Amino acid sequence: MLPEVGYGALLVAFLVAVYGILSSLMAVWRNSATWLRSALSAMRLTWPLITASLACLLILLVQGDFQVSYVYNTTSRSMPLYLKLTALWGGQAGSLLFWGWLMAGFASLAALRNWERDRELLPWVIVVTLTTLAFFVGMVLFSADSNPFVRFWQNRSGQPLAPAMFRSADMLPLVPWDGRGLSPLLRHPGMIMHPPMLYLGFVSFVIPYAFAMAALITGRNDVRWIRITRRWTLVAWLFLSLGLVLGMRWAYDVLGWGGYWGWDPVEVAALNPWLSGTAFLHSVMLQEKRGLFKRWNVFLIAITYGLVIYGTFLTRSGVFSSVHAFAQSDLGPAFFVFIAVMAIASLGLIFYRWEALRSEGQLTALFSRETVFLLNNFVFMSILAVCFWGINYPLLSELVTGQKVTMGPPFYESTVGPLLALLFLLMGIAPLTAWGRSTWKMLRRSVWRPALLAFLLVVALFLGGVRQPGALLGFGLAALVGFVTVYEYGRAAWMRHRTQGESALLALWQLAVRNRRRYGGYLIHLGVVLMSLGVIGIEFFQSETQGLLRPGESLEVAGYRLTYRSLAQFDVPDGRNVTRAVVGVEKNGRFLGEVYPRRDYYYEAQQPMTIPGLRSTMEDDVYVILVSWQPITEDGATFKVYHNPLVNWLWVGALVFLVGSLVAIWPESGNVVKSA
Amino acid sequence: MQLKFMIGFLLILAAVAVLVISATQNNATYLMTVEELQKRQQEIGDRPVKLSGAVLGDTIQEDPRTLTIRFTIVHIPGDNDEINRMGGLAQVLHDAVENPDLPRLEVEYHGVRPDLLKNEAQAIVTGKLDQNGVFQAEELLLKCPTRYEEAVPQPTQP
Repeated sequence: MLPEVGYGALLVAFLVAVYGILSSLMAVWRNSATWLRSALSAMRLTWPLITASLACLLILLVQGDFQVSYVYNTTSRSMPLYLKLTALWGGQAGSLLFWGWLMAGFASLAALRNWERDRELLPWVIVVTLTTLAFFVGMVLFSADSNPFVRFWQNRSGQPLAPAMFRSADMLPLVPWDGRGLSPLLRHPGMIMHPPMLYLGFVSFVIPYAFAMAALITGRNDVRWIRITRRWTLVAWLFLSLGLVLGMRWAYDVLGWGGYWGWDPVEVAALNPWLSGTAFLHSVMLQEKRGLFKRWNVFLIAITYGLVIYGTFLTRSGVFSSVHAFAQSDLGPAFFVFIAVMAIASLGLIFYRWEALRSEGQLTALFSRETVFLLNNFVFMSILAVCFWGINYPLLSELVTGQKVTMGPPFYESTVGPLLALLFLLMGIAPLTAWGRSTWKMLRRSVWRPALLAFLLVVALFLGGVRQPGALLGFGLAALVGFVTVYEYGRAAWMRHRTQGESALLALWQLAVRNRRRYGGYLIHLGVVLMSLGVIGIEFFQSETQGLLRPGESLEVAGYRLTYRSLAQFDVPDGRNVTRAVVGVEKNGRFLGEVYPRRDYYYEAQQPMTIPGLRSTMEDDVYVILVSWQPITEDGATFKVYHNPLVNWLWVGALVFLVGSLVAIWPESGNVVKSA
Repeated sequence: MQLKFMIGFLLILAAVAVLVISATQNNATYLMTVEELQKRQQEIGDRPVKLSGAVLGDTIQEDPRTLTIRFTIVHIPGDNDEINRMGGLAQVLHDAVENPDLPRLEVEYHGVRPDLLKNEAQAIVTGKLDQNGVFQAEELLLKCPTRYEEAVPQPTQP
């Protein structure tokens, strides 16, 4: 019963979305407020309908109705409740439905805003969002691989039949006793949050895109669409950032290769819209303040939307084999057509409005805040081009020469590395430049203090024994950005303190409250600086060792001494057999504590999982992996140990980044005068 | 003014292009099948390649003291469509392991034994052939395709 209800609700949602698109077009054609109201109601109705469908799937998952193929493939009797719930995005079909549900939620939210001032945009916003929604819901409904409500059947003689949605005359239900369980890799707290965050980020970029297209179609070429969608874009971008960071944390905790980012094509595909989105967040400021780069901004948001769809396509189509690929699927052509249609429509509209989108002003000087922003955009787009090339060159090469190739981390490190350095340099300079026209003299006057501090830090590091040029450059640039940002903030607070007599703390607070966007942005920059420390730590200073130990024997790495103490094997009630080693950690003869690297063997999935033992401080992480162990007689076990300096700053930086984004997103309160 | 901007951007663009092209040439790794590697050895020379093959479970040897793993992989087709025509990856891996006529290759890897290294897993190795015809893998990835592809379950049990 529930599968039919879930499928039915989804089908109705699809039809309502299609109706919404058509009635919205009618509203434009007939210039009719009645049709528009009808379309708006349709948009508001999609979310409750998909919610009903999603609820059906959740109930099936929690009840453990294993006749449903999706439930069978992602849950099992022994799984705890929270994992049964997260199984919703543990497989292809469920995650697509979840995607659609979030998308509909955002569409409904957008439908609820006050449209008085922007009536002419409304029909087109409805058309674009509902088209995207109808596409995703349609895939869940009409693709055999992606329908989460498909069930198992058998004929009267007990022969299993192909899974199907509906029952025909001679079919009997086939109900397996137990499910296969969620992939062990996905049973981790990071996995509970990583996919929803990433999807939220992906989905919410649809809204700014819809507004941009509506503005193009109606010819409202002012900054209104940017003003309306500024917060949407920031929220989308924040979710995307969090999704990426949580994915990194998951990889670090679960994949057991001592790192957090492997330049896997799917990771890169999720990074791509973040890159163009970040460029967009910077360059819209130029349009708001100076009326510059209108074409560029529309182009950027269209690109970001395209990359979101493309990223979903890559993750969900199984083009790449990676930790993210669930299965080969039949979605490729549909996605391809959808992306092509959207790209042609967006570009066509931009060209159609080409003249109207002319910049109001001109760049007046070769060196100014504007040109630094321009360069920033250029570097972001270069990184994007590199990443896009990296994931697509293999496809291209196969198509053109027939030779299959792959691009590994060295490709990205050698190209993205220098571009990131350039980006940091710009991030250091930008806050010190003036709008309109800036001079080197002005820059020199404000930059010398922070630059001197950064230089002294590099010298200190050099004397302290750091010799890699890359690491010194990295630390130097990170320090420059950090000091400039703090210096800028401090200087402004000092001015307030002097002129308005506010206490230092109050001045800091007032500044942040009065110009949330700027100081939120600074906080984000500081977060990025802190994160870069973790990246530099792993890229340049990671060390590793490995060896077979008997109880009492030790391994040494980077001044740490790791002593193997004992090993235990036991079953736990949720269907795992755990092999857990106890390893003591010492440094300079001082005992610091124990870590417990382990191997969980999942009986249902017949798959082991390696969970590292981690001792984590702000200075460094000791990351111990239990590789293998001998039968009880010999009592030896093999360990691999990574020493990851500074990696914790990555997660701390991410928190600062989060706070900064929240400051920038938080609505300005009514009584504070907006100082642009 | 506009001209200066154009020149500046063209210069940066050229620099980025050079960076990407040289990085592509140095780091693009050929993806091959076991059969192709054995046929085109001369032409490939010292270039690292990436291979995919079915793991023969009986051949897995592990020396935990030196963290050396040796195993043999069996040729499987490199083309996804061909694999699908032959009944999906799980079926192809199963057939490959059972078929003694397919080309085989010995692989050596130094490092941690991956969790998924077992019979009929798909091994994806990156590295070079040494003089003895053993593939020295620098990277070893494994995939077990059975999970999501075996769609029809066993009938009800008590």
